[in-house]
Amino acid sequence: MNKIIRFLPLILVIALGVVLYRGLSLNPQDMPSALVGKTMPEFSLVTLKDDNKTVTKADLVGDIVLLNVWATWCPTCKYEHPYLLELANDPQLKPYVKLYGINYKDERLAAQQWLTHYEDPYHFSIFDEEGTLGLDLGVFGAPETFVIDHHGVIRKRFAGAIDTRVWRKEFAPLIKQLISEKTAG
Amino acid sequence: MLNKILLIVVLTVTALMLTSTANASPVETFEFRDEVTKVRFQALSKELRCPKCQNQNLADSNSPIAEDLRRELYELLQQGKADSEIVNFMVSRYGEFVLYRPRVSSITYILWFGPALLILIGVIVVIVILRKKPAVKADLALSSQQQDKLQQLLETNKEHASQNLNTDRKDKE
Repeated sequence: MNKIIRFLPLILVIALGVVLYRGLSLNPQDMPSALVGKTMPEFSLVTLKDDNKTVTKADLVGDIVLLNVWATWCPTCKYEHPYLLELANDPQLKPYVKLYGINYKDERLAAQQWLTHYEDPYHFSIFDEEGTLGLDLGVFGAPETFVIDHHGVIRKRFAGAIDTRVWRKEFAPLIKQLISEKTAG
Repeated sequence: MLNKILLIVVLTVTALMLTSTANASPVETFEFRDEVTKVRFQALSKELRCPKCQNQNLADSNSPIAEDLRRELYELLQQGKADSEIVNFMVSRYGEFVLYRPRVSSITYILWFGPALLILIGVIVVIVILRKKPAVKADLALSSQQQDKLQQLLETNKEHASQNLNTDRKDKE
């Protein structure tokens, strides 16, 4: 008994060390979103391609939606772009999942050129010049991607670029679950 | 002499410049309705954390998102929203994370009450240790026999010591 007590400080220090060491490898940007489980906020903004066409929440709700926040000032968005094209053209996802963009605090012309130059993976991009929709979604950078279910409830928020690895780990299981939820009604 | 004065002047000026840049924080020119609103704006922008640059508050950060949030904060204040409404607005979008002073809830219990709990544990440990001591002391107390022996030993020791002292002195001489 005495021996255990004598080693207790050592054990405590080692335990503390393990906890703190683990903390070093955690990603501080990986924050739970306040919006997961809430419905998509209302908005009324024009599209990137046509400043006469107004879109609202009603234009998104109904399908399983991937809502990708992007901008031309964001280098990581450029990295992510080819994979988004891949997702948009995936024959397995196409019937269920729709990809929309939020062009976040960007210049219209530059963003339009980006889409013609690199191809456009989005059904449409919402032109959020002032970042108002971004603010309502709790966006603080780009790229960020939201998963919205067919009832219009936000199910996931992911900050950072999507690639094959991230998709498999973070998105694929949820999308599979949402597809089965939707087909079940 | 002149050189020295010049050096001092230069050093003071650089020091002043350094301190002034260190204190400079990004400030937009907001026009407030009254002094109270201004004070509330300053207080809230110090209390709310910038979501992007995580160890700065809204007042300190010059990241674009902090700029947006300051503008939003200003708008909300101008609309006459109460402090609690503004805090709720921010939390509903960016999560509890944006509060530098987190609210008391089941996930923050450990933050709020952890330190008090640790102090309490410390106090209990100290009390337990202090209570144990008298018992140990009683065991250590000498019986009258032992006391006598100790006295004897001390006395013989004293004699030895004085003898040693004498020899020491002799050595020195």
